[in-house]
Amino acid sequence: MNDQWLDGERLQPLQLKFPEQLEIAADGAQAAVVIAPPALPALMEELRYGADWQFSMLSNLTAVDYKTYFMVVYHLYSPALRQGIVVKCRCEGENPIVPSVTHWWPAEFQEREVYDLLGVFFTGHGDLRRILMPDDYSGHPLRKDFQAPARAEKR
Amino acid sequence: MPKAQTYILNMGPQHPSTHGVLQVVLELDGEKIIKAVPQMGYLHRGIEKLAESRTYPQFIPYTDRLDYVSAMGNNLGYCQTVEKLMQIEVPERAQYLRVIMAELNRIASHLLFMSSLAIDLGATTAMIYGFRDREDILDLFDMVSGARLTYNYIRIGGVMADVPADFVPALQKFIDKFPAMMAEYENILMGNEILQARLKNIAVLSGEQALALGLTGPLLRASGVDYDIRKIEPYGIYDRFDFSVPLGKTGDNFDRYAVRMQEMTESVRIIQQAMEQLPAGEVMAKVPRMIKPPAGDVYHRIENSRGELGYYIVSDGTPKPYRVHVRRPSFINLQMLDKVCRGLMIADAVAVLAVLDPLMGEVDC
Repeated sequence: MNDQWLDGERLQPLQLKFPEQLEIAADGAQAAVVIAPPALPALMEELRYGADWQFSMLSNLTAVDYKTYFMVVYHLYSPALRQGIVVKCRCEGENPIVPSVTHWWPAEFQEREVYDLLGVFFTGHGDLRRILMPDDYSGHPLRKDFQAPARAEKR
Repeated sequence: MPKAQTYILNMGPQHPSTHGVLQVVLELDGEKIIKAVPQMGYLHRGIEKLAESRTYPQFIPYTDRLDYVSAMGNNLGYCQTVEKLMQIEVPERAQYLRVIMAELNRIASHLLFMSSLAIDLGATTAMIYGFRDREDILDLFDMVSGARLTYNYIRIGGVMADVPADFVPALQKFIDKFPAMMAEYENILMGNEILQARLKNIAVLSGEQALALGLTGPLLRASGVDYDIRKIEPYGIYDRFDFSVPLGKTGDNFDRYAVRMQEMTESVRIIQQAMEQLPAGEVMAKVPRMIKPPAGDVYHRIENSRGELGYYIVSDGTPKPYRVHVRRPSFINLQMLDKVCRGLMIADAVAVLAVLDPLMGEVDC
Protein backbone atom coordinates (compact mmCIF):
# COMPACT_ATOMS: atom_id res chain seq x y z
CA MET A 1 0.00 0.00 0.00
CA ASN A 2 1.53 3.31 -1.03
CA ASP A 3 1.28 5.72 1.83
CA GLN A 4 0.73 9.34 1.02
CA TRP A 5 0.25 10.29 4.67
CA LEU A 6 3.33 12.09 5.91
CA ASP A 7 5.55 10.10 8.26
CA GLY A 8 7.80 11.38 11.06
CA GLU A 9 10.67 12.15 8.72
CA ARG A 10 8.68 14.19 6.26
CA LEU A 11 7.13 16.13 9.14
CA GLN A 12 10.52 17.42 10.33
CA PRO A 13 10.34 20.74 8.40
CA LEU A 14 7.20 21.59 10.42
CA GLN A 15 9.04 20.89 13.64
CA LEU A 16 11.72 23.38 12.60
CA LYS A 17 9.12 25.97 11.79
CA PHE A 18 7.28 25.60 15.10
CA PRO A 19 10.04 24.34 17.44
CA GLU A 20 8.33 25.31 20.69
CA GLN A 21 4.67 24.57 20.10
CA LEU A 22 4.75 21.41 18.03
CA GLU A 23 5.44 17.79 18.81
CA ILE A 24 5.67 14.88 16.38
CA ALA A 25 4.06 11.60 17.41
CA ALA A 26 5.35 8.95 15.01
CA ASP A 27 5.14 5.79 17.12
CA GLY A 28 1.63 4.72 16.04
CA ALA A 29 0.33 3.37 12.74
CA GLN A 30 0.04 6.90 11.34
CA ALA A 31 2.33 9.78 12.31
CA ALA A 32 0.77 13.00 13.55
CA VAL A 33 1.73 16.48 14.67
CA VAL A 34 0.41 17.40 18.10
CA ILE A 35 -0.18 21.02 19.01
CA ALA A 36 -1.92 23.02 21.73
CA PRO A 37 -4.99 25.16 20.89
CA PRO A 38 -3.30 28.61 21.04
CA ALA A 39 -0.78 27.73 18.29
CA LEU A 40 -3.33 25.96 16.05
CA PRO A 41 -4.31 28.92 13.81
CA ALA A 42 -0.69 29.69 12.87
CA LEU A 43 -0.07 26.03 12.03
CA MET A 44 -3.27 25.74 9.98
CA GLU A 45 -2.44 28.91 8.07
CA GLU A 46 0.95 27.44 7.18
CA LEU A 47 -0.52 24.04 6.21
CA ARG A 48 -3.24 25.59 4.08
CA TYR A 49 -1.16 28.12 2.15
CA GLY A 50 2.51 27.09 2.61
CA ALA A 51 4.08 26.07 -0.71
CA ASP A 52 5.39 22.78 0.73
CA TRP A 53 2.01 21.76 2.14
CA GLN A 54 -0.96 23.12 0.16
CA PHE A 55 -3.50 21.16 2.18
CA SER A 56 -6.56 22.48 0.41
CA MET A 57 -8.95 19.75 1.57
CA LEU A 58 -10.16 18.87 5.04
CA SER A 59 -10.95 15.20 4.74
CA ASN A 60 -12.00 14.53 8.29
CA LEU A 61 -12.45 16.33 11.59
CA THR A 62 -13.26 14.55 14.81
CA ALA A 63 -12.26 14.34 18.45
CA VAL A 64 -11.42 11.65 20.98
CA ASP A 65 -12.06 11.73 24.71
CA TYR A 66 -8.97 10.39 26.52
CA LYS A 67 -10.56 11.00 29.97
CA THR A 68 -7.97 13.50 31.23
CA TYR A 69 -7.69 15.37 27.96
CA PHE A 70 -9.37 15.69 24.56
CA MET A 71 -7.69 15.29 21.21
CA VAL A 72 -9.27 17.08 18.25
CA VAL A 73 -8.05 15.30 15.12
CA TYR A 74 -7.80 16.81 11.63
CA HIS A 75 -7.03 14.81 8.49
CA LEU A 76 -5.90 17.19 5.78
CA TYR A 77 -5.17 16.30 2.19
CA SER A 78 -3.46 18.08 -0.66
CA PRO A 79 -4.64 16.88 -4.10
CA ALA A 80 -1.97 19.03 -5.75
CA LEU A 81 0.96 17.39 -3.93
CA ARG A 82 -0.80 14.08 -3.23
CA GLN A 83 -0.02 14.08 0.46
CA GLY A 84 -1.96 13.93 3.67
CA ILE A 85 -1.26 15.00 7.23
CA VAL A 86 -2.75 14.18 10.61
CA VAL A 87 -2.95 17.14 12.97
CA LYS A 88 -3.98 16.64 16.57
CA CYS A 89 -4.90 19.43 18.91
CA ARG A 90 -4.49 18.46 22.55
CA CYS A 91 -6.74 20.20 25.08
CA GLU A 92 -6.53 19.50 28.78
CA GLY A 93 -9.46 19.32 31.14
CA GLU A 94 -13.22 18.97 31.05
CA ASN A 95 -14.19 21.91 28.87
CA PRO A 96 -12.04 21.90 25.75
CA ILE A 97 -11.96 25.07 23.70
CA VAL A 98 -10.35 25.00 20.25
CA PRO A 99 -10.13 27.67 17.55
CA SER A 100 -12.43 26.87 14.65
CA VAL A 101 -10.86 25.98 11.29
CA THR A 102 -13.86 27.21 9.28
CA HIS A 103 -11.65 30.10 8.19
CA TRP A 104 -9.57 27.68 6.11
CA TRP A 105 -11.85 24.77 5.28
CA PRO A 106 -15.59 24.01 5.08
CA ALA A 107 -15.78 22.39 8.51
CA GLU A 108 -19.14 23.81 9.63
CA PHE A 109 -21.01 20.52 9.97
CA GLN A 110 -18.09 18.51 11.29
CA GLU A 111 -17.34 21.02 14.05
CA ARG A 112 -21.01 21.15 14.96
CA GLU A 113 -20.99 17.35 15.19
CA VAL A 114 -17.94 17.31 17.46
CA TYR A 115 -19.48 20.05 19.60
CA ASP A 116 -22.76 18.12 19.79
CA LEU A 117 -21.40 14.67 20.59
CA LEU A 118 -18.22 15.49 22.53
CA GLY A 119 -18.74 18.99 23.86
CA VAL A 120 -15.68 20.58 22.29
CA PHE A 121 -16.24 24.31 21.90
CA PHE A 122 -14.96 25.90 18.70
CA THR A 123 -14.30 29.63 18.93
CA GLY A 124 -15.04 31.63 15.81
CA HIS A 125 -17.40 29.08 14.27
CA GLY A 126 -20.37 31.44 13.89
CA ASP A 127 -23.17 28.88 14.06
CA LEU A 128 -22.17 26.36 16.70
CA ARG A 129 -25.39 24.45 17.46
CA ARG A 130 -26.23 20.82 18.04
CA ILE A 131 -26.65 18.94 14.79
CA LEU A 132 -27.71 15.34 15.56
CA MET A 133 -29.08 15.44 19.11
CA PRO A 134 -32.19 17.51 19.95
CA ASP A 135 -31.59 21.19 20.70
CA ASP A 136 -32.83 20.82 24.30
CA TYR A 137 -30.60 17.83 25.04
CA SER A 138 -28.00 18.11 27.75
CA GLY A 139 -24.78 16.13 27.83
CA HIS A 140 -22.48 14.79 25.14
CA PRO A 141 -23.00 11.11 24.30
CA LEU A 142 -19.57 10.29 22.88
CA ARG A 143 -17.78 11.30 26.09
CA LYS A 144 -16.40 8.39 28.05
CA ASP A 145 -18.19 9.40 31.25
CA PHE A 146 -21.57 9.49 29.51
CA GLN A 147 -24.19 7.32 31.19
CA ALA A 148 -26.73 5.97 28.73
CA PRO A 149 -30.27 6.49 30.04
CA ALA A 150 -31.92 3.29 31.25
CA ARG A 151 -34.22 1.58 28.78
CA ALA A 152 -37.95 2.23 29.17
CA GLU A 153 -39.65 0.03 31.75
CA LYS A 154 -41.30 -3.11 30.43
CA ARG A 155 -45.04 -3.00 30.81
CA MET B 1 -51.00 48.16 1.06
CA PRO B 2 -50.37 44.84 2.82
CA LYS B 3 -46.70 44.19 3.29
CA ALA B 4 -45.25 41.00 1.82
CA GLN B 5 -43.63 38.79 4.39
CA THR B 6 -41.65 35.59 4.30
CA TYR B 7 -42.98 32.41 5.80
CA ILE B 8 -41.56 29.09 6.97
CA LEU B 9 -42.38 25.75 5.38
CA ASN B 10 -41.23 22.45 6.79
CA MET B 11 -40.25 20.05 4.06
CA GLY B 12 -39.95 16.71 5.78
CA PRO B 13 -39.19 14.74 7.87
CA GLN B 14 -42.17 12.96 6.34
CA HIS B 15 -41.89 13.97 2.73
CA PRO B 16 -41.37 11.55 -0.17
CA SER B 17 -38.68 13.60 -1.88
CA THR B 18 -36.39 13.86 1.12
CA HIS B 19 -35.60 10.13 0.78
CA GLY B 20 -35.79 9.41 4.47
CA VAL B 21 -36.17 11.47 7.57
CA LEU B 22 -34.48 14.68 6.52
CA GLN B 23 -36.24 17.87 7.51
CA VAL B 24 -35.55 20.99 5.52
CA VAL B 25 -36.82 24.24 7.01
CA LEU B 26 -37.52 26.48 4.03
CA GLU B 27 -37.93 30.20 4.40
CA LEU B 28 -40.00 31.34 1.48
CA ASP B 29 -40.92 34.54 -0.27
CA GLY B 30 -43.88 33.43 -2.31
CA GLU B 31 -42.55 30.33 -3.97
CA LYS B 32 -38.96 31.49 -3.92
CA ILE B 33 -36.55 30.02 -1.38
CA ILE B 34 -34.69 32.52 0.77
CA LYS B 35 -33.09 30.02 3.10
CA ALA B 36 -33.01 26.23 3.39
CA VAL B 37 -31.81 24.83 6.70
CA PRO B 38 -31.38 21.05 6.90
CA GLN B 39 -32.30 19.51 10.27
CA MET B 40 -30.91 16.05 10.75
CA GLY B 41 -30.78 13.61 13.62
CA TYR B 42 -34.11 11.83 13.23
CA LEU B 43 -32.27 8.59 12.45
CA HIS B 44 -29.37 9.09 14.86
CA ARG B 45 -28.65 5.74 16.48
CA GLY B 46 -25.28 6.51 18.01
CA ILE B 47 -23.44 3.96 15.90
CA GLU B 48 -20.09 5.47 16.86
CA LYS B 49 -20.94 5.01 20.54
CA LEU B 50 -22.18 1.45 19.93
CA ALA B 51 -18.84 0.63 18.31
CA GLU B 52 -17.09 1.18 21.62
CA SER B 53 -18.92 -1.74 23.20
CA ARG B 54 -18.58 -4.15 20.24
CA THR B 55 -15.59 -6.18 19.13
CA TYR B 56 -13.98 -5.28 15.80
CA PRO B 57 -15.78 -7.96 13.72
CA GLN B 58 -19.06 -7.29 15.52
CA PHE B 59 -19.05 -3.73 14.20
CA ILE B 60 -19.12 -4.76 10.51
CA PRO B 61 -22.92 -5.27 10.42
CA TYR B 62 -23.35 -1.76 11.84
CA THR B 63 -21.44 -0.32 8.89
CA ASP B 64 -24.05 -1.93 6.62
CA ARG B 65 -26.60 0.35 8.25
CA LEU B 66 -24.77 3.57 7.48
CA ASP B 67 -25.12 3.96 3.73
CA TYR B 68 -27.52 1.07 3.38
CA VAL B 69 -27.80 1.20 -0.39
CA SER B 70 -24.04 0.79 -0.86
CA ALA B 71 -23.25 -1.38 2.13
CA MET B 72 -20.40 -3.21 0.40
CA GLY B 73 -18.46 0.04 0.25
CA ASN B 74 -19.03 0.62 3.95
CA ASN B 75 -17.86 -2.91 4.79
CA LEU B 76 -14.81 -2.42 2.60
CA GLY B 77 -13.78 0.88 4.13
CA TYR B 78 -14.07 -0.40 7.69
CA CYS B 79 -12.28 -3.70 7.06
CA GLN B 80 -9.44 -2.01 5.20
CA THR B 81 -9.00 0.41 8.09
CA VAL B 82 -8.67 -2.42 10.61
CA GLU B 83 -6.34 -4.24 8.21
CA LYS B 84 -4.20 -1.12 7.94
CA LEU B 85 -4.01 -0.95 11.72
CA MET B 86 -3.05 -4.64 12.02
CA GLN B 87 -1.05 -4.82 8.77
CA ILE B 88 -2.98 -7.79 7.41
CA GLU B 89 -2.33 -8.82 3.80
CA VAL B 90 -5.55 -9.77 2.03
CA PRO B 91 -5.41 -12.74 -0.42
CA GLU B 92 -5.54 -11.86 -4.12
CA ARG B 93 -8.83 -13.56 -4.84
CA ALA B 94 -10.51 -11.73 -1.98
CA GLN B 95 -9.12 -8.42 -3.28
CA TYR B 96 -10.71 -9.02 -6.66
CA LEU B 97 -14.00 -10.15 -5.15
CA ARG B 98 -14.05 -7.00 -3.03
CA VAL B 99 -13.60 -4.81 -6.10
CA ILE B 100 -16.35 -6.64 -7.99
CA MET B 101 -18.76 -6.28 -5.07
CA ALA B 102 -17.92 -2.64 -4.38
CA GLU B 103 -18.37 -1.66 -8.02
CA LEU B 104 -21.58 -3.68 -8.39
CA ASN B 105 -22.87 -1.89 -5.34
CA ARG B 106 -21.93 1.46 -6.85
CA ILE B 107 -24.07 0.59 -9.88
CA ALA B 108 -26.95 -0.53 -7.65
CA SER B 109 -26.70 2.69 -5.68
CA HIS B 110 -26.59 4.88 -8.78
CA LEU B 111 -29.56 2.98 -10.23
CA LEU B 112 -31.48 3.79 -7.06
CA PHE B 113 -30.37 7.41 -7.42
CA MET B 114 -31.63 7.47 -11.00
CA SER B 115 -34.92 5.88 -10.02
CA SER B 116 -35.58 8.26 -7.16
CA LEU B 117 -34.64 11.25 -9.28
CA ALA B 118 -37.06 10.05 -11.94
CA ILE B 119 -39.95 9.59 -9.53
CA ASP B 120 -39.27 12.94 -7.85
CA LEU B 121 -39.58 14.61 -11.23
CA GLY B 122 -42.67 12.59 -12.11
CA ALA B 123 -41.19 10.00 -14.47
CA THR B 124 -42.70 6.82 -13.06
CA THR B 125 -41.65 4.49 -15.88
CA ALA B 126 -37.95 5.27 -15.55
CA MET B 127 -38.23 4.61 -11.83
CA ILE B 128 -39.63 1.13 -12.49
CA TYR B 129 -36.86 0.39 -15.01
CA GLY B 130 -34.17 1.37 -12.54
CA PHE B 131 -35.58 -0.78 -9.78
CA ARG B 132 -36.05 -3.69 -12.18
CA ASP B 133 -32.36 -3.70 -13.13
CA ARG B 134 -31.15 -3.05 -9.58
CA GLU B 135 -32.98 -6.23 -8.67
CA ASP B 136 -30.50 -8.25 -10.78
CA ILE B 137 -27.61 -6.89 -8.71
CA LEU B 138 -29.43 -7.59 -5.46
CA ASP B 139 -29.94 -11.17 -6.65
CA LEU B 140 -26.20 -11.46 -7.24
CA PHE B 141 -25.53 -10.19 -3.72
CA ASP B 142 -28.13 -12.57 -2.35
CA MET B 143 -26.22 -15.36 -4.06
CA VAL B 144 -22.90 -14.51 -2.38
CA SER B 145 -23.99 -13.23 1.02
CA GLY B 146 -27.56 -14.34 1.59
CA ALA B 147 -28.70 -10.75 2.02
CA ARG B 148 -30.13 -8.19 -0.34
CA LEU B 149 -29.27 -4.99 1.46
CA THR B 150 -27.09 -5.47 4.54
CA TYR B 151 -24.46 -7.92 3.35
CA ASN B 152 -21.81 -8.20 6.06
CA TYR B 153 -19.85 -9.90 3.26
CA ILE B 154 -16.47 -8.19 3.40
CA ARG B 155 -14.66 -9.24 6.57
CA ILE B 156 -11.43 -8.31 8.28
CA GLY B 157 -8.79 -10.21 6.28
CA GLY B 158 -10.86 -11.09 3.24
CA VAL B 159 -14.45 -11.93 2.43
CA MET B 160 -17.02 -14.09 4.23
CA ALA B 161 -17.02 -16.92 1.68
CA ASP B 162 -16.00 -17.66 -1.87
CA VAL B 163 -18.62 -16.99 -4.52
CA PRO B 164 -20.75 -19.97 -5.61
CA ALA B 165 -19.96 -21.62 -8.95
CA ASP B 166 -22.92 -20.03 -10.74
CA PHE B 167 -21.99 -16.50 -9.66
CA VAL B 168 -19.53 -15.65 -12.43
CA PRO B 169 -21.89 -16.76 -15.26
CA ALA B 170 -24.72 -14.79 -13.65
CA LEU B 171 -22.48 -11.73 -13.36
CA GLN B 172 -21.43 -12.11 -17.00
CA LYS B 173 -25.09 -12.21 -17.96
CA PHE B 174 -25.68 -8.93 -16.13
CA ILE B 175 -22.67 -7.31 -17.80
CA ASP B 176 -23.81 -8.46 -21.24
CA LYS B 177 -27.19 -6.92 -20.59
CA PHE B 178 -25.76 -3.68 -19.30
CA PRO B 179 -25.26 -1.73 -22.60
CA ALA B 180 -28.89 -2.34 -23.56
CA MET B 181 -29.93 -1.15 -20.10
CA MET B 182 -28.01 2.07 -20.50
CA ALA B 183 -29.43 2.64 -23.98
CA GLU B 184 -32.89 2.29 -22.50
CA TYR B 185 -32.17 4.88 -19.79
CA GLU B 186 -30.65 7.15 -22.41
CA ASN B 187 -33.89 7.03 -24.37
CA ILE B 188 -36.26 7.38 -21.50
CA LEU B 189 -34.39 9.86 -19.28
CA MET B 190 -31.18 11.40 -20.57
CA GLY B 191 -32.72 12.64 -23.82
CA ASN B 192 -36.02 13.52 -22.20
CA GLU B 193 -36.91 17.16 -22.76
CA ILE B 194 -38.74 17.60 -19.46
CA LEU B 195 -35.86 16.12 -17.47
CA GLN B 196 -33.40 18.40 -19.20
CA ALA B 197 -35.56 21.45 -18.63
CA ARG B 198 -35.89 20.57 -14.93
CA LEU B 199 -32.16 19.97 -14.39
CA LYS B 200 -30.08 21.99 -16.82
CA ASN B 201 -28.54 25.22 -15.52
CA ILE B 202 -30.18 24.77 -12.12
CA ALA B 203 -28.05 25.03 -8.97
CA VAL B 204 -24.78 25.66 -10.80
CA LEU B 205 -21.58 25.38 -8.76
CA SER B 206 -18.09 26.09 -10.05
CA GLY B 207 -15.22 23.83 -9.06
CA GLU B 208 -13.98 26.36 -6.48
CA GLN B 209 -17.44 26.75 -5.01
CA ALA B 210 -17.90 22.99 -4.79
CA LEU B 211 -14.57 22.64 -2.97
CA ALA B 212 -15.45 25.52 -0.66
CA LEU B 213 -18.61 23.65 0.34
CA GLY B 214 -16.68 20.49 1.18
CA LEU B 215 -18.31 18.36 -1.51
CA THR B 216 -16.81 15.04 -2.55
CA GLY B 217 -17.81 12.25 -4.90
CA PRO B 218 -20.02 12.68 -7.96
CA LEU B 219 -21.20 16.09 -6.75
CA LEU B 220 -17.65 17.45 -6.80
CA ARG B 221 -16.78 15.77 -10.09
CA ALA B 222 -19.92 17.23 -11.69
CA SER B 223 -18.31 20.63 -11.12
CA GLY B 224 -15.27 19.51 -13.08
CA VAL B 225 -12.88 18.71 -10.21
CA ASP B 226 -10.92 15.55 -10.91
CA TYR B 227 -11.04 14.02 -7.44
CA ASP B 228 -11.63 10.31 -7.07
CA ILE B 229 -9.93 8.42 -4.23
CA ARG B 230 -9.67 5.34 -6.47
CA LYS B 231 -7.32 7.38 -8.66
CA ILE B 232 -5.54 9.82 -6.37
CA GLU B 233 -4.90 7.47 -3.47
CA PRO B 234 -5.63 3.96 -4.79
CA TYR B 235 -6.67 1.54 -2.06
CA GLY B 236 -6.75 -2.23 -2.37
CA ILE B 237 -5.92 -3.14 -5.97
CA TYR B 238 -7.61 -0.24 -7.76
CA ASP B 239 -4.31 0.80 -9.36
CA ARG B 240 -4.48 -2.33 -11.55
CA PHE B 241 -7.58 -1.33 -13.46
CA ASP B 242 -8.02 0.86 -16.45
CA PHE B 243 -10.95 3.24 -16.00
CA SER B 244 -11.60 6.93 -16.39
CA VAL B 245 -13.23 9.43 -14.05
CA PRO B 246 -16.25 11.14 -15.65
CA LEU B 247 -16.31 14.91 -15.09
CA GLY B 248 -19.02 17.49 -15.60
CA LYS B 249 -18.61 20.77 -17.44
CA THR B 250 -21.18 23.22 -16.09
CA GLY B 251 -21.67 21.87 -12.57
CA ASP B 252 -25.46 22.02 -12.75
CA ASN B 253 -28.01 19.45 -11.65
CA PHE B 254 -27.92 17.77 -15.03
CA ASP B 255 -24.17 17.19 -14.78
CA ARG B 256 -24.63 15.70 -11.32
CA TYR B 257 -27.03 13.25 -12.89
CA ALA B 258 -24.96 12.59 -16.03
CA VAL B 259 -21.72 11.99 -14.11
CA ARG B 260 -23.35 9.21 -12.13
CA MET B 261 -24.74 7.58 -15.27
CA GLN B 262 -21.26 7.58 -16.83
CA GLU B 263 -19.76 6.22 -13.62
CA MET B 264 -21.91 3.12 -13.96
CA THR B 265 -20.30 2.40 -17.33
CA GLU B 266 -16.85 2.83 -15.80
CA SER B 267 -17.77 0.51 -12.93
CA VAL B 268 -18.78 -2.15 -15.45
CA ARG B 269 -15.39 -1.75 -17.13
CA ILE B 270 -13.69 -2.36 -13.78
CA ILE B 271 -15.88 -5.40 -13.07
CA GLN B 272 -15.14 -6.83 -16.51
CA GLN B 273 -11.39 -6.52 -15.95
CA ALA B 274 -11.62 -7.92 -12.44
CA MET B 275 -13.59 -10.91 -13.72
CA GLU B 276 -11.02 -11.64 -16.40
CA GLN B 277 -8.12 -11.40 -13.94
CA LEU B 278 -9.90 -13.17 -11.06
CA PRO B 279 -7.34 -15.62 -9.65
CA ALA B 280 -8.05 -18.85 -7.80
CA GLY B 281 -7.08 -19.31 -4.18
CA GLU B 282 -7.95 -18.42 -0.63
CA VAL B 283 -10.50 -15.73 0.19
CA MET B 284 -9.48 -15.17 3.81
CA ALA B 285 -6.14 -14.29 5.32
CA LYS B 286 -4.87 -15.95 8.48
CA VAL B 287 -6.27 -13.61 11.10
CA PRO B 288 -6.26 -14.31 14.82
CA ARG B 289 -9.53 -15.55 16.25
CA MET B 290 -9.50 -12.65 18.66
CA ILE B 291 -8.85 -9.46 16.73
CA LYS B 292 -6.74 -7.15 18.88
CA PRO B 293 -5.07 -4.41 16.86
CA PRO B 294 -2.01 -2.81 18.47
CA ALA B 295 -2.64 0.46 20.31
CA GLY B 296 -2.69 3.43 17.97
CA ASP B 297 -4.95 5.20 15.56
CA VAL B 298 -5.40 5.18 11.81
CA TYR B 299 -7.47 6.95 9.19
CA HIS B 300 -8.39 5.35 5.89
CA ARG B 301 -10.74 6.46 3.17
CA ILE B 302 -12.33 5.01 0.08
CA GLU B 303 -14.48 6.30 -2.74
CA ASN B 304 -18.02 5.21 -2.01
CA SER B 305 -21.06 5.87 -4.18
CA ARG B 306 -21.74 9.21 -2.52
CA GLY B 307 -18.21 10.43 -2.04
CA GLU B 308 -15.27 10.12 0.26
CA LEU B 309 -15.99 7.62 3.03
CA GLY B 310 -13.40 7.69 5.82
CA TYR B 311 -12.97 5.63 8.97
CA TYR B 312 -10.91 6.82 11.91
CA ILE B 313 -10.25 4.09 14.46
CA VAL B 314 -8.47 4.46 17.78
CA SER B 315 -7.32 1.20 19.29
CA ASP B 316 -6.16 0.77 22.88
CA GLY B 317 -4.95 -2.78 22.31
CA THR B 318 -8.12 -4.44 23.62
CA PRO B 319 -10.62 -6.46 21.50
CA LYS B 320 -12.94 -3.45 21.35
CA PRO B 321 -12.18 -0.15 19.62
CA TYR B 322 -11.61 2.85 21.89
CA ARG B 323 -13.21 5.17 19.38
CA VAL B 324 -14.57 4.85 15.86
CA HIS B 325 -15.43 7.85 13.75
CA VAL B 326 -16.98 7.65 10.31
CA ARG B 327 -16.55 10.48 7.84
CA ARG B 328 -19.83 10.13 5.98
CA PRO B 329 -19.95 11.78 2.57
CA SER B 330 -23.70 12.48 2.53
CA PHE B 331 -23.49 14.32 5.85
CA ILE B 332 -20.86 16.74 4.63
CA ASN B 333 -22.37 17.04 1.16
CA LEU B 334 -25.52 18.45 2.80
CA GLN B 335 -23.53 21.64 3.46
CA MET B 336 -24.31 22.61 -0.11
CA LEU B 337 -28.09 22.55 0.30
CA ASP B 338 -28.58 26.04 1.68
CA LYS B 339 -26.12 27.62 -0.70
CA VAL B 340 -27.63 26.23 -3.91
CA CYS B 341 -31.29 26.43 -2.88
CA ARG B 342 -31.31 30.19 -2.26
CA GLY B 343 -33.22 31.90 -5.04
CA LEU B 344 -34.70 28.68 -6.44
CA MET B 345 -38.33 27.60 -6.55
CA ILE B 346 -39.69 24.89 -4.21
CA ALA B 347 -39.97 22.49 -7.14
CA ASP B 348 -36.27 22.98 -7.85
CA ALA B 349 -35.43 22.21 -4.24
CA VAL B 350 -36.97 18.79 -4.83
CA ALA B 351 -34.65 18.32 -7.81
CA VAL B 352 -31.65 19.54 -5.79
CA LEU B 353 -32.41 17.06 -3.02
CA ALA B 354 -32.78 14.28 -5.58
CA VAL B 355 -29.40 14.91 -7.22
CA LEU B 356 -27.76 15.54 -3.85
CA ASP B 357 -28.98 12.05 -2.98
CA PRO B 358 -28.41 12.14 0.79
CA LEU B 359 -28.76 8.79 2.48
CA MET B 360 -30.13 9.43 5.95
CA GLY B 361 -28.68 6.30 7.51
CA GLU B 362 -25.31 7.78 6.72
CA VAL B 363 -26.11 11.42 7.47
CA ASP B 364 -27.38 10.66 10.96
CA CYS B 365 -25.05 7.75 11.69
